[in-house]
Parts: sequence; structure tokens; C-alpha cells
Amino acid sequence: MRYRVRLAIRYDFGRPTGGGRQLLRIAPLELEGVQRVHACQLEIAPTPSETGSFTDFFGNLVNEVVLPPGASTMRAEIWAEVERLAPARPAVAPLRLAGLAAALDEVTDLGGQSPHHFLPPSPRIPRVVAIGAFAANATRRTKDVAEAVEVLGLALHRALTFDATATHVDTSVAEAFELRRGVCQDFSHIMIAGLRSLGIPSAYVAGFLRTTPPPGRPRLTGADAMHAWVRAWTGPQEGWVEYDPTNACKVALDHVVVGYGRDYGDVAPVTGTLRLDGEQKSAHMVDIEELAPPPGMVPNLP
Amino acid sequence: MTTALASHGRGRIFAAYRPLPGVADEMMDDKGVIRPHWRRLAAHLDAARPETLAADRARAERYLRDSGVFYRQYGLNQSIERPWPLSPVPVLIDAAEWEALAEGLMQRADLLEAVISDLYGENRLVASGRLPPALVAGNPEWLRPLVGQRPAGGRFLHFVAFELGRGPDGRWWVLADRTQAPSGAGYALENRVATRRAFAQIYQQENIPRLAGFFRQFRAALMAARSDPDSRVAILSPGPLNETYYEQAYIARYLGLTLVQGQDLVVNKGRLMVRTVEGQVPVDVLWRRLDAAYADPLELDPGSRLGTPGLVSAIRAGGLGMVNALGSGVLEARALMAFLPELAPDLVGGPLTIPNIATWWCGDARARADVLEVADRLLLSDAMDAAQPFGPRGARIRAGELSPAALKARLEREGASLAAQEAVTLSTTPALVGGQLVPRPVSMRVFLAWTGEGWTAMPGAFARIGASPDPEALAMQYGGSAADVWIVGGRPVDPVSLVPPATAPYRRAEPDPLPSRAADNLFWLGRYVERSEGMIRQLRAYNTRLLETEGASAPLMMAVESMLETQGLDPEKGIPDGLLEAIDSAIYSAGQVRDRFSLDAWSALLDLGKTARRMAARVKPGDDAVSALSALLRKLAGISGLVHENMYRAMGWRFLAIGRQHERALGMAEMLAALTSPDAPDGVLDLAIEIGDSVMTHRRRFTLATSRETVIDLLGLDPLNPRSLLNQIEGLCEQISNLPGALDRPPGAPPSLAEVALHLQADLSGATPASLDPGALRECHRRLLNLSDQLTETYFN
Repeated sequence: MRYRVRLAIRYDFGRPTGGGRQLLRIAPLELEGVQRVHACQLEIAPTPSETGSFTDFFGNLVNEVVLPPGASTMRAEIWAEVERLAPARPAVAPLRLAGLAAALDEVTDLGGQSPHHFLPPSPRIPRVVAIGAFAANATRRTKDVAEAVEVLGLALHRALTFDATATHVDTSVAEAFELRRGVCQDFSHIMIAGLRSLGIPSAYVAGFLRTTPPPGRPRLTGADAMHAWVRAWTGPQEGWVEYDPTNACKVALDHVVVGYGRDYGDVAPVTGTLRLDGEQKSAHMVDIEELAPPPGMVPNLP
Repeated sequence: MTTALASHGRGRIFAAYRPLPGVADEMMDDKGVIRPHWRRLAAHLDAARPETLAADRARAERYLRDSGVFYRQYGLNQSIERPWPLSPVPVLIDAAEWEALAEGLMQRADLLEAVISDLYGENRLVASGRLPPALVAGNPEWLRPLVGQRPAGGRFLHFVAFELGRGPDGRWWVLADRTQAPSGAGYALENRVATRRAFAQIYQQENIPRLAGFFRQFRAALMAARSDPDSRVAILSPGPLNETYYEQAYIARYLGLTLVQGQDLVVNKGRLMVRTVEGQVPVDVLWRRLDAAYADPLELDPGSRLGTPGLVSAIRAGGLGMVNALGSGVLEARALMAFLPELAPDLVGGPLTIPNIATWWCGDARARADVLEVADRLLLSDAMDAAQPFGPRGARIRAGELSPAALKARLEREGASLAAQEAVTLSTTPALVGGQLVPRPVSMRVFLAWTGEGWTAMPGAFARIGASPDPEALAMQYGGSAADVWIVGGRPVDPVSLVPPATAPYRRAEPDPLPSRAADNLFWLGRYVERSEGMIRQLRAYNTRLLETEGASAPLMMAVESMLETQGLDPEKGIPDGLLEAIDSAIYSAGQVRDRFSLDAWSALLDLGKTARRMAARVKPGDDAVSALSALLRKLAGISGLVHENMYRAMGWRFLAIGRQHERALGMAEMLAALTSPDAPDGVLDLAIEIGDSVMTHRRRFTLATSRETVIDLLGLDPLNPRSLLNQIEGLCEQISNLPGALDRPPGAPPSLAEVALHLQADLSGATPASLDPGALRECHRRLLNLSDQLTETYFN
């Protein structure tokens, strides 16, 4: 599936700032066998006085910009052409929950994709006893790791209400769970807390969701802004699987990945010193439309 | 009991000294005999009269008080500066034992360097199964943005410390590794100076090695680590609210390094720069006293207000050396000590010669079984905890306090996040308590610095002495104290100080460019001190007139009251809160620049604040207030004298002077505008002269009666009157024209700071008493405020 993605982010600062350094994590990722980026263009206004880019620990592309002094707004826009591929999943015997800890012990790699980073509490996802209890109860009859991911995801989707006004970007995971309300960020944080309490390493995924559904299917929630979902490690053979608790579905061709992290903090679209300056407003706009496959190309089959 | 001293001492002091059963004592062996390296000091202590000992102690304490040594103690809702708690009796260590100890610690430092180099590099220790991955991935000090980043110069660790304790068997054990940003070396220097004052004679006789050489070597290594000879070495401080800020300022002053905070620094095209009044100056080496997580809000803790955005980016660019590398706190996690002994043979070629206390990481099944077996001797804590193994107990519990079943369940459930460590029994050392020597538990922190070729150990240490026989009472926050450590019995030593060897030709060092924040604080310090003085003068004039109710007209009092109220001063109070706030602001500003502000002036300023607060509680308006305010005025004059007579005429002094003159000019313009209007009530002009401290001059210059013209002439336009508006503005012009770049005016740019000041001066010089009416005075006031804005814009932002 090929998409044209456009993201525009605008920040209005209450007063001109003394210049500021920003880290942007908004460009779609090149993921071998899963996602290909055919074109990607980033534009920043006002013109930054310095720009650079690097790949962070988790493999995300980070654009670093320094705004000129006196800027009172910042606009960042991404145009990209992205192709989602249906990854071939080998049929393997499912890993039992009881065998997960031993399987993890066998992993001695500490690279950015290693499950070890995603099991301990992270800055925005501490241990929350209530979520642990919910997860244990929801999966009490479940034996396999991969099944537990879906069972918990579905249970949370039923228990939580999507509500764009109940929480904000800094609402804690415990608070959002207490409210049983929130947006994709809250859904994902809660699900990650639950999975980690079960001993399942799980990561936060930031990205985009197609704006218009394929014919005959309903429009997905969260498509008009940056989206978030969950990635869970289900064993050495099955590896990582992705699940979208906001839409209660496994992630396939409708999602475009921008970044992986332990929680929102690792993949926030904009991390900047301007944030420290208090009063500011921001607006995000996402548009992602499906492109016809180029002539002569055989589309990937789901 | 017979002791070696009984024959040549009064024996009073030692008669009662009894080491605790089952505990090693530094001074006395288990037969009650004084150890050889303690004999001279012990004999001195034993022979001394109580009043001699009290005098010894007083000399040490006077030094600490005069130097303003303090640490910060945190309470529930506030923190306060406490005087330094010194135990004057030093801890003596035999030179031969010290040699072995220092060598063992250098081996340990090498091991730590090898481990951290692997953790941020190839990660072979985890890949080969020698370190559990969870111990690294779950460690909050393993900073992922720094993974894969080789430090500039290749080394991670440059300055480390080890917390040591001696066990009942007489061996030294490492209790904790300090690799993040160890504190205490500066306090050790202060302990040394103070302790030497107490026991000068013994110190001379014993050939105690000096500490200065260690600092000189380390300073040379820092300077050599710069890649650009024009760049700076700076010390990064978390700021005056940090518990060891005093030490940071002290070391900066002692070594002549620039003390900065995160906001002083900026990253410009991949290079770290310090903002100074002369523009941005590069920093190639940053000795940080700030925990790594706070160093960069962009890539590390986003909640940090202490850091510098882009610092990690500057490290990635490759030119910035950090002491120690960001992320070196990973080595402080308690559970890591369980693995270090096993790693040593492979990484440093042999077993550790100084062991660390027995430690188990409970993520391992065999370790859990061991812990259950000896639970009653163990303390259980967070595996990643980096706190001292004594002091505030915090989250530590005695494993034996849990039932075996509960302990087993907890270990199974949370094993990976738990570490168990042997509860320590420390040796004791003599401490003077109520004129008696008593044994108190002791631990010592030993410092190692990388010189470029190898490690060097500071020949001495920072010792902590417990407040009671309980080893948990060591932390100073809990009433413990600090002591110096003397190495006794070595070869005679040459006195070493920081003065460079005489072979180098003498060259007067140019002062470093003044950091902008320091300039800002000095400017405001000058303003607040002057503002306080102005307030005191006005309040005193007002209260004086309260006494003569007959003579003073009601309109006069109302005019003064309204003038006081516009400055936030409540005339109903003898010492109004507004004055206390101005003094507090002066103290705050001075506190931000302790490394540049004289200790005497600082003590005097603190004393002023305390006195004013004490007075505010009891002083009534009228006579009482007049004498209190006069006393405050005298104290303030003392401070101004200390500052302006003694401060080196470098850039810092200039900003302080500008602040003072600026505030004085503002105050005068404001007062004259308020009190010299044609319809002003009777007596107001005399009041203005009094507030302007010009009564005598007025009498001498103008034999005729006070008039609006005489007052404006004397207080506004007389260039010879050091209180006059014109005099202040002339002074301002001169100071400003000496500021870096003050005369620069790029084509098309608005007038430079110096030009703006000169215009103001020219306009005022041309004024006459008649033309300088309240409107003109208010205009002058407005232009002064604009001048301050432009100064801020040019030098402080």
C-alpha cells in the first residue's frame, strides 16, 4: 500500500523567544521488509540557523534545528511517500507466558530493538498497581504471549472511552486509567503498563493512520493527528507484534511508523527548549492519502 | 588497663577511651595499646589540658566560620545553610597501609573504566553473559543517547572517589563507588586547613603530605585536555541551592576555573560556549558537578531546568570533554558490585586487591538462595540505588526483618530490581565529645584523578564521623561530622601549593571574561544594596519627623507616606517588609556569585539580613525605628566599604558599580520629582536634603534659606556632590564606556549604550534648577530605565 503523507505542525509562542533548539521526530522510518520511504521532504519556517540529523538509540530519525532568535512561531511540514508492505510472518509455535522470562534471559543483545529496554518502568510509564491487576484479570485464562497481547488490547478497548478532552499530553498513565478515558497516547501507555506488568516487553510506536478508510470499512479513530500504538515482544521466534488499542486491531497496512520508544517521551514529535518558555499554542494537521500503485507494479497482497 | 601513654601523660583523656567490642579501632589495638602512627597525636591529646583542647578546637572552628564554609541541609519545606561540622581530631593512616590502599583503588578505577567503556561501546560483557542485560537496560543512569559515543580523548572517568570502611577483621572494604560527580575534595581541603590550625605542631612534626599537589596535577590535566588553547575549562554547578554549592565555588576559586550554571552555556554550531559580557567563549572541558540526567533537557531529562539544551549534541560533535563522561553514573548502581570482583581478573589482570562489601543481585536464582540463607546479616535495597550504604535508611530494609516466606516471595517477584548487601560494621576513631575522647564509627572517601598518564590519589581523604556508635548516623544530615585524614610515617615532604614553579617566567594572568549571568547578578546586587540604603534613609527621615509631630505638618507627612508606599514600604511599621525584601534580594544576587564575592562582604550581608529581620519583629515606628535604621545604615556602609574598597577592579566590579550608580540616580530622580513640585508642602525640601545626605553641604553652600532652586542645584546638578543625579550619571557614563563593545554601533543600528548614556549626561549638564522641574525629572527617570533595558539586552541576555 502506498501513501502520500503530509504533516504540518505549528507552534505559536506567546512572545518572541531568544532562539531555540528543537528535535523533531516526524519523518516516516525506513523499515526493511515492512515500510519503505520513497520520498521525504522536511520544511521548517522560519529558516533555521542550524540544522542536522542523527539516528537515535532506538533507530529513529531525528532532525535537529536551531531557530533564529526572535522567532515567535515555528512551522514544520513533512511531505513523504511511503509504502507499507505486508511482512511475511513465519508460522511458529506460540510462546507460553510461563516461558517468557527464560526466553528473555537468552537475549544478550542490548541494541535499540532488544526487548530488554521495554520491560522495566520508563519515565512516563511507572508501575501502576491498578493496571497490573486489570491486566492479570483480563488475561487470567490466557496461556500464550501473543494471545495475551490481543486479549489485553481488546479488554482495554472495551474498558476505555476515546475522549479528546479528558486528558492532555502530560496526563499520567495512572490518572488516565483512573478516568478510563483518553486519546491514543493514553490507550497505548495504559496497554504498555499492563503488558509490562505481565512480563511482556512492550514499546510505544508513534506514526500515522490512513485518513480515509478503504471502501466498505469505517474510518479509524485518530487519523487526523499523529497516532500511537503498541509493540509487544512475543518471543525469540515471533519477535515483535504491533497492536492498536485505540482501534482494537492488529497493525498491518493502515499504519505508517515514525518512531519506536519506551513511551511517548522517546518519540515526542517536537522536543524543544521553547516548551520551557511557558505560554504557547500548537496545532497539528495530518493528511494521509492512498496512492494508486504505479503502473506495472503488482500490489502487495495482505 | 596499661597503655603506652600511662607513663608520660596525665591519662585523663584516655582513661575512659574503650573501643567497642567486636569493632576495630583506628587508634587503639584490641589489647588497648595505641597504634605506633597515632602515638605523637595521642600523647598531645592526652597531655593537653581541657582548655588547651578547647582552644585547639576553637582555632579550627574560627577558620571555618571566617571562611564561610557551609553545607545545605534539607528539611521538610525549606533548606538552610549549616556551619560545617568538623570533628577536629584527624584520622591517622599509616603511610605503608595508605600506599597499598591507593594502589588497590587505582586498580579498581581501571576496572570501572574498562566496564563503562564496554557498556557504552561494544557491550561484550552482556553479550558474553558476564553481566545480566536487565542490570544495564534497567539502570536509569545508562543514558541511551550516549550509547556508542566515544568520549573526546577516549576516557570516560577522570575524577572518581571511593567510600571506604574498615571491617572488624582490620581490612578496608569499598562501600560505594562514586563516578557520577563526586563531591568532598574541596571540603577535604577546608578540613585540612582547619585541622592544621588546631594541631599545627603535630602536623609539622609528622611530615603530613600536602593536598595541593593533587589539585595542581588535576588542573594541569584538565587544561591539557582542551583541543583549543583559547578555550576554557569550566565547572558546571547545579546552582546555589545545591547542598555542596559552597564546595563548587571554592574549588573554582582555588583552581582559577570558571564556575558556570547550565543557563550560562549555549551550544553554537556543535560547540559549547559560555556567554560572557565579551561575547561567547568556547568551553572545551566541562567538569560537571551536575548529575548527568539534568545536563540536557532535550536529550536527557526533559524536566530539567538546570541543563543546557544541545549539550549532548556538542558531545556528539566530538570537541567537548566531560569530567566525567555523561552516563558514568551507571557504575554507581549497587547491584553492579556483585559482579565487579568476577570481572576483575579478565579486565585488569588479577583479583581486586581491595574488596567491596559482599553484594548479591537478586535477579539471579543462585543469589536468591544465598540471600535467604544469610538474610539476618543483609540489607535489601533497590538494585539501581546509588546512595550510600549508610546514612538515611530510605528504602533499605533488613532482610531478616521479613519472615522467610515473605522474603522468598518478594525475591521471586521483584528479584531483578533488588540488591542485597552485607550490613556494615565500621571501625571507630577518636572524636572529642564534651571534652572526652570517645570512639565513633568512621568511613572515608578517597579521591583519584586521572593525570593524562595514570591515576593519582589525593594523599588524604574526606572522613565522616558518626554522631553515635550506630554506623547509620554517619550522614551529616543526621548530625554526623567530617574529619581530616593524615597519612603518617611517610618520607619527608616538600611543601606544595598551587603557585607555579619559579622556573616559569612571571606573567600576569588576564582575568577570564565575565559570564553574563554573573554580570547580571552583580549589577542587581549593586542595585539592591543601593535600594536598601535609599529605603533606610527615607524611612529614617520619616520616623524622625514622627517624633516632632508639632513641627511637622500633616501634608508633609502625607507626602512622605505616599512616596514610601509607592516603593512598597508600609510607614506603619518600624522596619517594613519591603525593606527586608530588598535586603533578601541583595543576598540572593550575591549568593549567585559566591565565587566572585568576598567572604567578608558575604558574611556582612548575611548579618545585615539577620539583624534587619530581628529588628522587624520588635521595632516600633518613631524613636525606636530611628535608632534601628541608623544601625542598619552603619552596617550597610560597612558592606559597601568592603566591596568597593577591596574588590579587584575587573569587569565584575564594574557591573556592581554600574548597578549602584544606576539605582542611586533612579532613586534621586524619583525623590526630587516627588518632593520638589511648586505646590509641595512646607518642610519637604529639608527632608529631601536629609534623605540625600547633603545637610552639611547645603548649609555650607547656601547661606540663604532652603528653596526649590538650592535643592535641585545641590541634589540634581552639582557634579561635586557624590549624591547628585549628575554625579551618578557622569559615573555611569565613565563605567559604561569601559564595557566591552559599548561604543560599537554597526551602520544603521540604534545608538550604542555609551552614546545613549552620553546624551543623557549632556542633556542633564545643560539643565538649570529652573528647567529641571518634576516633568523633566520624570523624563530623566524614564531614560534611565531605558538605559537599564539596553544594558540588559546587550550584556545579560
